[in-house]
Amino acid sequence: MSQKILLDKINVPGIKTYEVYRREGGYASVEKALKMTPDEVVEEVKTSGLRGRGGAGFPAGMKWSFIDKKSGKPRHLVCNADESEPGTFKDRFLMEYIPHLLIEGMITSSYALGANLSYIYIRGEYMWVYKILERAIAEAKNAGWLGKNIQGSGYDLDLYVHCGAGAYICGEETALIESLEGKRGNPRIKPPFPAVSGLWANPTVVNNVETIAAVPWIVNNSGAEYAKIGIGRSTGTKLISASGHIKNPGVYEIELGLSVYEFMNSDEYLGGMSSDRPLKAFVPGGSSVPVLPANLIYKTANGEDRLMTYESLSDGGFATGSMLGSGGFIVYNDTSCIVRNTWNFSRFYHHESCGQCSPCREGTGWLEKVLHRIETGTGREEDIDLLWDIQSKIEGNTICPLGDAAAWPVAAAIRHFREEFEYHVRFPEKIKNRDHFVTEPFEQVKHLVSKELI
Amino acid sequence: MERTHYKQDINITPELSSRIEELCSHYPADKRKSALLPVLHEVQDAHDNWLSIELQDKVAEIIGIKPVEVYEVVSFYTMYNQRPIGKFMFEFCQTSPCCLNGVENLMDYTCSKLGVKVGEPTADGMFEVRGVECLGACGYAPMMQLGDFYLEHLNEEKIDQLIVDCRDNKITLHDK
Repeated sequence: MSQKILLDKINVPGIKTYEVYRREGGYASVEKALKMTPDEVVEEVKTSGLRGRGGAGFPAGMKWSFIDKKSGKPRHLVCNADESEPGTFKDRFLMEYIPHLLIEGMITSSYALGANLSYIYIRGEYMWVYKILERAIAEAKNAGWLGKNIQGSGYDLDLYVHCGAGAYICGEETALIESLEGKRGNPRIKPPFPAVSGLWANPTVVNNVETIAAVPWIVNNSGAEYAKIGIGRSTGTKLISASGHIKNPGVYEIELGLSVYEFMNSDEYLGGMSSDRPLKAFVPGGSSVPVLPANLIYKTANGEDRLMTYESLSDGGFATGSMLGSGGFIVYNDTSCIVRNTWNFSRFYHHESCGQCSPCREGTGWLEKVLHRIETGTGREEDIDLLWDIQSKIEGNTICPLGDAAAWPVAAAIRHFREEFEYHVRFPEKIKNRDHFVTEPFEQVKHLVSKELI
Repeated sequence: MERTHYKQDINITPELSSRIEELCSHYPADKRKSALLPVLHEVQDAHDNWLSIELQDKVAEIIGIKPVEVYEVVSFYTMYNQRPIGKFMFEFCQTSPCCLNGVENLMDYTCSKLGVKVGEPTADGMFEVRGVECLGACGYAPMMQLGDFYLEHLNEEKIDQLIVDCRDNKITLHDK
């Protein structure tokens, strides 16, 4: 059984309430932090090696140390709870079942940053979780953990939940800030980075829910202890949300460094494939990261065991690797149609593009349109190269990473499953009138395409 | 901005007004605009789940910003409705993990059961089916959102029961 630091109390009855959470040792990190200097708290987080759990994996302590302390302006901590990446549902689980952990993390982290006004920006669809957090904040305030002069320390903090209204782009930190200012969620050009000019042009740190929720453990047990969990630069634990054709979908806390094979097949985690069909592909980190075919799932291109770490999952770059991303682990069996899945993702990115940058606004629409015609049996042979060309012109050419996120799944699908695209173009009659997401097993597809080539 | 032919009674009750002011108090006094998204949710909930242009103008007046600042927000975010919608809006997640678990067939089933197409309310205005992008419940697929709540691991039997419960007014839409 691996170590749990975020979900260790999740099964305690009533842990959602302040009373039980406090009885189980909750808010101890605030007590401890308030006796330390803010810089000492930042140093612990730096030592821990904790990396942002929203997807980018940037070291959290380093991000904190960038905050502008010389400007004299108010500082803010904003929690990014705008979880909207297809395949990812871990933050919701954490907030719904143990809301005080996030609030404790917000108080400790705000103290470290010298922030007196902080926000949790939650996606609008999670409305009942918004209400859970509002109630938990009220409980924490009544118990003296928020407001003026917290626990007699002289430190003041106001914390509020702010709800979005259905826009994936608001998960990008500058778009989130725009949205928090009551505007459309259009990302800002960086620099300046939020640590210098963020919310209302004040120095601001934006961290993901899971990142902030890890801070209480780090402060209670020290950054050095946290760094002992995991492997190399992938320290600590990670929440993985698993879905698709597996026996046990759900949210899991793993120690970074666990092998993908064990995560996929042991009964403690996913329990293997559902319906006993073979594994065809998986997406390890949410829809934006490249899909990997079966032969690259358990082993890297060098033949090493593939591990659940930032480094191992990206081993070999996108030619043979993917990304840990947000930990949205989606598994596909051999009947899953990769073309339809890629079209589905492209529709998502087209829908969610804010429209600010032309390559993304126009390109995501092209991708969706071309993929739709291939999927529905009206594609042309040259469409596959056209798709490749479009995605290459989006990647790296937009203000925010949504363009990259739209391009990568398409590139990876063509790179690893080109035969399936060719099969759709050459055998349209075979894909018409079939069930939506079901295709013939990939080996059969490859066989048909190669026979056609002969 | 074009005025629609849909009419909406505007009713900012003292309770709603007080909630709006409470939301505005979460931000610095000179940053009331920041409360716009949460305020729009509250106002929409209190007005049959949609926002006419006249109602958007009213929100602008209450917050103290220009009407266009409200229009551009309402038209950007998907959760604000600019026309009357079915009282019970079945919002099916149509992104990959839900599709892998058959949500497309389930949407077809629901539409045929209600005798509507996606995006069209039933004649009595009671139901509407909509496909939406990822709702973050991929491990509990297929799923849909109804009001403030998620309904997960859906199947045809659950849909049948849900329709009956909606007709019998046994469903709560908002978590107050």
